[in-house]
Amino acid sequence: MDMNLQNQQIICVACPKGCRLNIQRDGDQVLVSNQGCKRGVEYANGEMKDPRRMVATTVRIQGGRHPLLPVYTATPFPKARIKDLLASLRSVQVQAPVKEGQVILENALDTGIPILASRDM
Amino acid sequence: MMIRKCDIAVIGSGPGGLAAAIAAKKNGAKQVLLIERDREPGGILLQCIHNGFGVEIFKKDLPGPAYAQHFINEAQEVGVNFLLDTMILEITKDKRIFASNKTEGMLEIQAKAVILAMGCRERTRAQVRLPGARPAGVYTAGTAQRWVNVEGFMPGKKIVILGSGDIGMIMARRLTFEGAKVERVLEIMPYLSGLMRNYVQCLQDFDIPLQMQHTVKRIIGNERVEAIETVAVDNRWQEVPGSEEVIPCDTLLLSVGLVPENELSRQVGIHLDPLTAGPFVDNYFQTETKGFFAAGNVVHVYDLVDWVTGAGLRAGESAALYTNNKLQMNNKKIAIQHGQNVHHVIPQFLDIDSLSAREEQLQMRVTKPLEQPVKVQVTDGKEVIASKALPYARPGEMVTISLKDKHIDLLKKAEQLVVQIAEREE
Amino acid sequence: MNKNGNYDVIIIGGGVIGCMLARYLSRYTLDILLIEKESDIGSVTSAANTAIVHPGYDAISGSLKAKLNVAANPMWDNLAGELQFAFQRHGDYVVAIGEDELARLDMLLQRGKQNGVPGMQIVSADVMRSREPNINPAVSGAIWATSGGICDPFGVTIAAAENAVLNGVTILRETVFEDFIWNEKRIVGIKTNRGIFTCRRAINAAGLFADAIMHKAGVRPDFKITPRKGEYFVLDRTDFTVNNVLFPVPSDISKGILVTTTVHGNTIIGPNAQNIEDKENKENTKSGMDEVFEGAKKLVPNINPRHVIAVFAGLRAGGNAACQTPGIGYSHDFIVEIPTEVQGLVNLGGIESPGLTAAPAIAQYVVELLKDAGEKLQEKKNWNPVRPARPQFRHLTHEECDALIKKDARYGRVVCRCENVTEGEIVAEIHSPIPALTYDAIKRRTWLGTGRCQGGFDMPRVTEILARELGVSQLEISKKNGASKFLCRPTKEDGGAQ
Repeated sequence: MDMNLQNQQIICVACPKGCRLNIQRDGDQVLVSNQGCKRGVEYANGEMKDPRRMVATTVRIQGGRHPLLPVYTATPFPKARIKDLLASLRSVQVQAPVKEGQVILENALDTGIPILASRDM
Repeated sequence: MMIRKCDIAVIGSGPGGLAAAIAAKKNGAKQVLLIERDREPGGILLQCIHNGFGVEIFKKDLPGPAYAQHFINEAQEVGVNFLLDTMILEITKDKRIFASNKTEGMLEIQAKAVILAMGCRERTRAQVRLPGARPAGVYTAGTAQRWVNVEGFMPGKKIVILGSGDIGMIMARRLTFEGAKVERVLEIMPYLSGLMRNYVQCLQDFDIPLQMQHTVKRIIGNERVEAIETVAVDNRWQEVPGSEEVIPCDTLLLSVGLVPENELSRQVGIHLDPLTAGPFVDNYFQTETKGFFAAGNVVHVYDLVDWVTGAGLRAGESAALYTNNKLQMNNKKIAIQHGQNVHHVIPQFLDIDSLSAREEQLQMRVTKPLEQPVKVQVTDGKEVIASKALPYARPGEMVTISLKDKHIDLLKKAEQLVVQIAEREE
Repeated sequence: MNKNGNYDVIIIGGGVIGCMLARYLSRYTLDILLIEKESDIGSVTSAANTAIVHPGYDAISGSLKAKLNVAANPMWDNLAGELQFAFQRHGDYVVAIGEDELARLDMLLQRGKQNGVPGMQIVSADVMRSREPNINPAVSGAIWATSGGICDPFGVTIAAAENAVLNGVTILRETVFEDFIWNEKRIVGIKTNRGIFTCRRAINAAGLFADAIMHKAGVRPDFKITPRKGEYFVLDRTDFTVNNVLFPVPSDISKGILVTTTVHGNTIIGPNAQNIEDKENKENTKSGMDEVFEGAKKLVPNINPRHVIAVFAGLRAGGNAACQTPGIGYSHDFIVEIPTEVQGLVNLGGIESPGLTAAPAIAQYVVELLKDAGEKLQEKKNWNPVRPARPQFRHLTHEECDALIKKDARYGRVVCRCENVTEGEIVAEIHSPIPALTYDAIKRRTWLGTGRCQGGFDMPRVTEILARELGVSQLEISKKNGASKFLCRPTKEDGGAQ
């Protein structure tokens, strides 16, 4: 992302509406307009300073109905580290039974963000 | 042949069926049987491991399986009976359901009311008539999703995706996560067919190229896909000569639309709307065949699971009332037509008297993107009865408008309702 | 493989002709080998054609085509009974649109009489409209040929092949003919990718490749197969159907694009006819689609591309053999002969339409030729003409289904939601006399995956069942052969995001 850019338009992904936010940067200040609700402002601020995404993937499970258990990040995860997260989860294997919401990994890549099971298995 | 009896039989345990079964039980139906062809309940949500579910209902951003788990648990708590790994072969108008499974053989299920919640299916290569060879490596996005997320296999390494539907974009990201190279997403229309946020989170975030107004001209490879020849199209979908490009790849995924799955409805003789490919329904989600209700993607294809759950809850409640003879059956129903810029409206019939107890939501799809302020209007053909302003309207996102008790007097004078979307001066 | 690779007769090619020959010859005390280069028998021309049992009015009078077509047509009822494949005989129609085409009907009627086709009559436009409400309102009349029928052409082929196997014939698939082995001017064996097999007689039933085989034998050096590609479109039976087999009035070069019902209830339209050089090219094209729809709409105007659920293309093995009957100037006749310039060869070629119809008569004719050539054919005492069909869930009553599931629970699990094909049927095909080892082999045998979702639902389930029954990983399961695997690696293995 070009940090010299003062004005830019981004699409808010906080909800399915997809509002096109106009963003003006003035140093640390992020000015947002055209947002549908206040979550747009939060999203724009986050996107400018610390972009994050929810990440969902699978890990191997033994003794389950299926070979893979779907898992997800409890909160949005730093976007720049998603690939590292996916790589680290490739070596994770859990043992059935697992309950939905159960913590699979407490502190993913030292972000403090836990990885949760998406279902019972 | 074994015979089972129940008050309400729900066909399909996806989000629509789960919600319907729960609501039926909560509204006084005694025996509610939820019939599922797969070995576990949850429907397509089980393979939709991505986030984005539950934002409306739970105010949380959940993955599909977690969203399903919530309703599976609730259905079990309220005492819904599950009949899994069971395929329905035939349904008769007098609500006898013939099904088979491994443990009981052929079953006859006798119900007082039936809720259809079969969901939808993906359009296939043949339905969009893609030319070329017929090798392995051409799959619908949903089939690939099941393989990758549930069965644990990758369908290919270098992938082209046709169609910017939500599943297509979500699979582009998913396959990238698992190490495949998604070469391109092609969209024949000049606009996105899925949600904008999926474009941002699935394609833009991972630098996956999206080419609008492009399609597949030829599938190359006799045994396994070897390449895809693409071509640009103009605004009338005619190929632009000279724009051909050959993209080497081993897999073509198709995300070219969903169609309500109504083979069983057809068998019963339920009247289907050619616009939606789903049954005509009233605001109770009752079809035109008494005692048959329908909810979710079997009625029309939704973009959000939360709406499907909402429809299921209403259908379940209505079916429970029906079995207890409490559903208003004889009120005059007004027909709802689609007007300017509207592809179709659900429900197609409205019992105006029901508005005295609750507001009723009309759900619609626009025919083309309207990227400017618009107003959604319910009219009697001339006069506007209800109106709602929106900043824009897009085919990928369902549009709704609610009718309330304050509209009753105007509605009662109307012969029919027309729902339209007009451009608006700001 | 028996007899250390030594056989009396080797049939080269496992299409409907080769398999029917194997079945008819299995009646006699011969050691017979049939080789097929593809991964399954009947998977090329015999799996992709119009599926019609022709009355015989189309073939040029005096040709071998006409003779064998008309001789074969009445054999089909008995054959369908013995081999237990799907066959229906409700006649076919040649439909004249507009007054100008009426005159051509008389010509066809005369040719039919000359060929000895029974049961042909002209029906009025009103009768045609009442029998086929979707017909073009401009219909002016039609020929109704009552001996016309429809079948499942792969079903015929596999049934004949299984019956042959049950009667002792060996079938080897993925076995490619490379050359003949000679003892002076006598063929005494063949070389293949799987080694050498000896024989007293080799039968060329190689379809599209019959020209190459006969050239290896030094016979008919001018004979050439020109593949004629035909594209077809299958319409969803729940959206649109016709009741009958409807031909247009033929042109001088082609029977034209027809609209026909099938034994599966879906309507198919096609084929167009495009001469090509590549014997592997079975691609569908946009221009082909336009041509087929335009042709079909001439007969049934309200046919709509939106009703298509499947597309396919087939190659007809068109030859250039002159008709042997003096005075008949026709150069696309069948070849069914025992050549004199070499010994040990039975030579077939140019078996295009009506080859499927003619198959039993061709097989019978080869038996006669062998007898004439001095082959002492002795009938087996225990030859069984019957090939028992396996249960098809969707054709059973609820009570029959229940009884079947009680016997084998796997019949209770429906794997194909559109065509209601069960796990029991799939497993039965994997362990049948000619085992189904690929997805397409199961599809052709059970009709699974042919409906509205085109396998989208069943594919992951079928690959799982195939892997389990064959004792291999799902990664080994293919669509049609080893080069057409469905999957490339487990989701969680090397190659993930780094």
